[in-house]
Amino acid sequence: MTLVEDFVRTARPRPVAAPAPEPAIDARIDKVWYGKFLAVRDSHIAIGKNRITGFIGPSGCGKSTVLRSLNRMNDLIPSFSLEGHVRFLGQDIYARNIDPVVVRRHIGMVFQQPNPFSMSIFENVAFGLRLNRYRGDYQQRVEYALRRAGLWDEVKDKLKQNGLALSGGQQQRLCIARAIATEPTVLLMDEPCSALDPIATRIIEELMLDLKKDYTVVIVTHNMQQAMRVADTTAFYSVDITGGGRTGFLCEAGPTRQIFEDPREELTKRYISGEFS
Amino acid sequence: MAVARDIPLPHADEVPAIPDLRHSFSDRRSLRNTVLTVLLWAVSLLAAVPLISVLAMLVIRGGGRLGLELFTELPPAGFEPGGGFGNAVVGTLVMVAIASLFSVPFGILGGVFLGVVAPESRLADATRFIAKVLTGFPSILAGVFVYAWLVLAMGTYSAIAGGAALAVLMLPTVMLTAEQSVRMVPQRMKDAAHGMGCTDAQMVWKVVLPTALPGILTGIMLAVAGAAGNSAPLLFTALFSNYWIGSFTEPTASLAILIYNFSGMPFPNQIELAWAASLVLVLIVLVFNIASRLVGSSKV
Repeated sequence: MTLVEDFVRTARPRPVAAPAPEPAIDARIDKVWYGKFLAVRDSHIAIGKNRITGFIGPSGCGKSTVLRSLNRMNDLIPSFSLEGHVRFLGQDIYARNIDPVVVRRHIGMVFQQPNPFSMSIFENVAFGLRLNRYRGDYQQRVEYALRRAGLWDEVKDKLKQNGLALSGGQQQRLCIARAIATEPTVLLMDEPCSALDPIATRIIEELMLDLKKDYTVVIVTHNMQQAMRVADTTAFYSVDITGGGRTGFLCEAGPTRQIFEDPREELTKRYISGEFS
Repeated sequence: MAVARDIPLPHADEVPAIPDLRHSFSDRRSLRNTVLTVLLWAVSLLAAVPLISVLAMLVIRGGGRLGLELFTELPPAGFEPGGGFGNAVVGTLVMVAIASLFSVPFGILGGVFLGVVAPESRLADATRFIAKVLTGFPSILAGVFVYAWLVLAMGTYSAIAGGAALAVLMLPTVMLTAEQSVRMVPQRMKDAAHGMGCTDAQMVWKVVLPTALPGILTGIMLAVAGAAGNSAPLLFTALFSNYWIGSFTEPTASLAILIYNFSGMPFPNQIELAWAASLVLVLIVLVFNIASRLVGSSKV
């Protein structure tokens, strides 16, 4: 646990009662349905700008569903429907005149399984730039993104190699580079380390702490220690199985330290102490 | 979870005998293994006999005439010596090219529809079923079909009609292999494309098709190889010609029809040429097959 304490002390030397800045995303999700199945209810959470917000909770509690609702990735599931609002810098992204494709260009995503495209490392990172018809120095932007993702030194001599030839951890960092190359405002990460070994996990966690200077990060994690290490704000989701369904809901959200040291809700307390997972 | 530590192992008090781990050939199990292995080898060799003998016969009987003049000269008349079938090689390639021009774009687009756009739709189910039926379609009927639609309408046999008949045969192969290849593109890559802010069309063009390209090319090569060797659909559509191809709207020579024509002639020179043409045709098909293997295996 020393590592964790170390992180808690060094990584977040901010005042306890920082004035809340305008959130990057104000998500007031009342209900998420998959067809007739109520997947999530009552999830009102504000995602602070240039903060890392961690979603934790047991399996099937809807944390990934909520995450994917923040950039309309769930629209790809035909039966999906949402009640409520998700405001991104003031605009409701579920409003009728909003193009989900454009939303996704501003709110990037990193997935659970590293998923580089079957093309060269360079082209993987340049993909989003080309998509946005970027006119400028591709070389420079690609190098910058790869440096930010902490991958440059490892791949600078083999940028023409296929991205799938990298190791799992490198692939995930390539995906992060690909996501940040277009400078999105928010980066959503859906259990980005669950397929990685502990060393690769550490590298990506350090990366996240560096990225939050310029981006707003939301991370779903199954790993409480990870949330403690990186998240400024932590949201605990739980499952409601009354009535035969399995509906996830936001149980408690707050500063990470408070959630882990002084949870207000009994359920949070029990989850933190490892009573269920 | 409680671990059952207290339950003693059965026969814990017996001294375990050291098992004999050495190879024993007289053992029933190992005997059966040997017999079956030998049997399989024998059957495989037996199955290869017809294949190899066909190839050997082609090389022996057609290999003697193999030379450059085969590709530069026209078919000889009755008792004329020498000659070649350059026009038939060109005609075959031209008609296969025309057929590819039709079947490749439509096949790939159809495959994308079946594999990505609406894989579960009724239209896709129906198309898939029909395409599968069409792969086993008697090729002569493709010829008759195009005869009724194109040859009668144009009033002449032509390379276009021949190409169209071959296209009918190539289309289902190209489409079904394209469907398989785009389906093989992992879902997480499609998710990544959407996550980057791709529209569905961009996802298909920029991610799915490039990733599936080797598989699609393999399907095209196989379809081309099959079409090049087909004679039946050309009988009613391209017919044959003793001259070089001058336009796409006149009867056109092809290797397959040349083999068919010459092999029935009473002149030894023509029969020899038919053998040589068979060998050339097999070599062309072989080249396309090898090419399909090469592009297919270049996948990462």
